Amino acid sequence: MVDTTPEHAPHAASRLPGLRGIAADWSSDQRAFKNVSWGKAMIWIFLLSDTFIFGCFLLGYMTVRMSTTVPWPNTAEIFALHIAGREVPLLLIAIMTFVLISSSGTMAMAVNFGYRQDRRKTAALMIATALLGATFVGMQAFEWTELIMKGVRPWSNPFGAAQFGPAFFMITGFHGTHVTIGVIFLLIIARKVLRGDFDRGAPGFFTSRRGRYENVEIMGLYWHFVDLVWVFIFAFFYLW
Amino acid sequence: MAQAEAQDRGLEVQVAHAPAATHAEGQQHPIKLYLVVWGWLFILSTCSYAVDYFNLQGYLRWTLIVVLMLLKAGLIVAIFMHMAWERLALAYAILVPPLLMLVFLTIMALESDYTWLTRILSFSMVQ
Repeated sequence: MVDTTPEHAPHAASRLPGLRGIAADWSSDQRAFKNVSWGKAMIWIFLLSDTFIFGCFLLGYMTVRMSTTVPWPNTAEIFALHIAGREVPLLLIAIMTFVLISSSGTMAMAVNFGYRQDRRKTAALMIATALLGATFVGMQAFEWTELIMKGVRPWSNPFGAAQFGPAFFMITGFHGTHVTIGVIFLLIIARKVLRGDFDRGAPGFFTSRRGRYENVEIMGLYWHFVDLVWVFIFAFFYLW
Repeated sequence: MAQAEAQDRGLEVQVAHAPAATHAEGQQHPIKLYLVVWGWLFILSTCSYAVDYFNLQGYLRWTLIVVLMLLKAGLIVAIFMHMAWERLALAYAILVPPLLMLVFLTIMALESDYTWLTRILSFSMVQ
């Protein structure tokens, strides 16, 4: 495949802005996304489809929670941590939120240093992101263990509506899987950065396309999306 | 593939000859911007947590949860994911379709209200 971002770039100034720009870009019998490469356009479309997946999970959760006649379990109590002799509500989840937001911060800076061709800083920040992501998954494993020990199952739980179990395992489980896959890919891309693949334009082992620092940004888009999904899960599942 | 590229470039050349863009190196923004957004995300998350910690209830709780959530999501998408600097054609293609979920949400809310009502009625008849 041909990647034509640089070739397209020189004409940026001649394009129409605003709503007219949308019509012109889409109707011109050529590429609709003018100044993004295929890689970036496709990760966005992938993320859009992933949005629908998580959207359907959250809507399913809403449906079972609204239609059950049994009271919904109190998440603030269930996810409380016992610290210094008292229960702090939802503390574990709050810490997980801060960990994931921090990982998004380091990722954003990794992308930035990537475009400055700063190999070491980019790789270091990506590895920091991966470590924070792994911490998040670890805390989630701890959270799952706690809940399973307390008797939460996909078909019943001692706290209230039985639908709590499947909604919890399905939503956090799918999100945790995304984080885990993200950590693996972060490490793969960080290794490529360190090795200088993107300075040399070395072909990837799977796609055989020349590597560029834009790959770091594409990785970043996926990672920020995982953080974004957590924002919604935190609001609707844990806080609501 | 090379043909397609040449054709694509040919079309572009026909459209206009414009001066070189400054954007060729990808997304370049000062590091400070990311740190500021990071800080704001921390503040907003602390506020979200405070909603639960101080045990606010009712419409105040729900409004605060949704507003804080949307502010955080907006910052992540606009700044971290660079959507603020993309062309509108891409931004609308990605951001508008998820709004259709609101239609789905309405349908499912009506449906679950109905389910709840039938459950209440039939469970009370059993007893």
